[in-house]
Amino acid sequence: MLEVRFHGRGGQGAVVASEILARAAMKEGKHASAFPFFGVERRGAPVMAFCRIDDRPIRIHAGIYEPDHVVVLDHGLMKMVNVLEGQKEGGSLVVNTSMSMDELGLPADRRTLLIDATTIALRRGLGSATAPIVNTAILGAFARASDVVSIDSILESIKESVPAKREQNVAAAQDAYRALEGM
Amino acid sequence: MIDMMNANYAAAHAARLARVDVAAVYPITPQTSISEKLAEMVQKGEMDAKFMMMESEHSAMSALIGASYVGARTFTATSSHGLALMHEMLMWAVGARRPIVMPVAARTIGGPWNIWGEHQDVITERDTGWLQIFCENNQEVLDTVLMAYRVAEDPEVMLPIMVIEDGFILSHTVDIVDVPEQEKVDRFLPPFTPEYPVDVNRPMRHGGLVMPDWWTEFRHRIYQSQEVARAKLLEAEKAFEEIFGRSYGGMMEYYRCDDADAILVVAGSAAGTAKEVADRFREEGKKVGVAKLRVFRPFPAAEVRRLGDMSSTIGVFDRSYTFGDGGAMFNEVRSALQPGDSVLKDYVGGLGGRDVTVKNMEWIFDDLLRISAAGKADRTVEWIGLKDGTGRW
Repeated sequence: MLEVRFHGRGGQGAVVASEILARAAMKEGKHASAFPFFGVERRGAPVMAFCRIDDRPIRIHAGIYEPDHVVVLDHGLMKMVNVLEGQKEGGSLVVNTSMSMDELGLPADRRTLLIDATTIALRRGLGSATAPIVNTAILGAFARASDVVSIDSILESIKESVPAKREQNVAAAQDAYRALEGM
Repeated sequence: MIDMMNANYAAAHAARLARVDVAAVYPITPQTSISEKLAEMVQKGEMDAKFMMMESEHSAMSALIGASYVGARTFTATSSHGLALMHEMLMWAVGARRPIVMPVAARTIGGPWNIWGEHQDVITERDTGWLQIFCENNQEVLDTVLMAYRVAEDPEVMLPIMVIEDGFILSHTVDIVDVPEQEKVDRFLPPFTPEYPVDVNRPMRHGGLVMPDWWTEFRHRIYQSQEVARAKLLEAEKAFEEIFGRSYGGMMEYYRCDDADAILVVAGSAAGTAKEVADRFREEGKKVGVAKLRVFRPFPAAEVRRLGDMSSTIGVFDRSYTFGDGGAMFNEVRSALQPGDSVLKDYVGGLGGRDVTVKNMEWIFDDLLRISAAGKADRTVEWIGLKDGTGRW
């Protein structure tokens, strides 16, 4: 079983990102479930969402405390939340940032990909400068960072999942995936 | 069609597939997204139903009782305080013998404020006469709503049914759901044709005064119908399996209970976590099993009695507390078992949104195996994972 944890802020689309990933896994014939941390919904507040993927039906209905992979939709969260908490060895970390590993103070002991998903999202007209919707862009980066699901499955899932701006969301995921070519 | 959706949408799709005629809801918190999805499907013309937004849950249930009298297939959904406000009309729906089906996203009831998941809201309504079925996953929610109509509308039953999905844990978690084809559902579920509809051409009296000389007989008929419902539930599940290839173990599902040193009785989504943990224990040679308490009303006393033959140590997980001598599920299990058959212990947890973790389940199974080895329980009731220093993992 693979477990993924998303860190975001209310309104950035972390919950939808977890659901898009689950649907992408379903498209590859796998079993998957996705759920948010059941807190209080506030725009801008730290939120978490989770995704489980397995070859057999998922029966566990409990939280995820030791994720394989971690996806951070806003690097500013890392000052408030230990996004690496409980992460298993061998997993990957994807962070939306324009900063470097050193500037963020990230350890070099895991596969880490940094992507400026905010710039990509805004270039594709997703959200506003104060509230960019970066979830689809960062999933493109996640497809590059891990071999959990293919980029094609992510793109198909986005087409079926997002309520508006389908083409722009697909393009944002592709942009991020291409930007990390060779990584 | 295989799709990915939460239990609320699964319940709404079930209402559509059941060709519900009237859905009445109170649309504000603590409502569920079941009603939002229904409203959308009705507005888009995907569902030919009357969608009524009422001024309270009490009114929603009242409206359905009236609609059901004239022969409409009726549906609503609620949760928590909404269910509590409905209480008076829940009783009335039973007395009026209306086969209403209602998914409930089970949550706690304040105060202080907490709207997160547990079973307190539905357990509090266990004495109303509604049938109550606890679901483990989103697919089971969809399938159980369809089975519920078939049982509820059976002329020998004619009682309302609550289909219980754990609040947030199922209601807000997306999972893979096979949404059946309409043609198959139509084969499984015939239209609702009440024997005694309100009809101006066939006048009769409904819901009037019942004097003491007949009230006991009215209540006795409800009791008889609850008893008949046991067989009807099993029949419906068998017919469902023949058409759709899925089933859920009837009143109580025994999972790896053969030759078990200890069995945990658990309802709802936590049953899935318990099964997963039981598998891991079995791999290590520790013999534990899970008895999924699927139907809580009518209570599966005969099925529980079989547990006494399977194991000498039985735990019960209560996701609510009723302030009796142990929780509600524990007491029902205890009363069904023959005295002296088994050592019993009640585990209370998962309240107000507290996660029921894999570690919690491991702790419970380890505790039950200790009890099994000792031949006696250290205490009757244990609240798991408490933070005040008495909590033991």
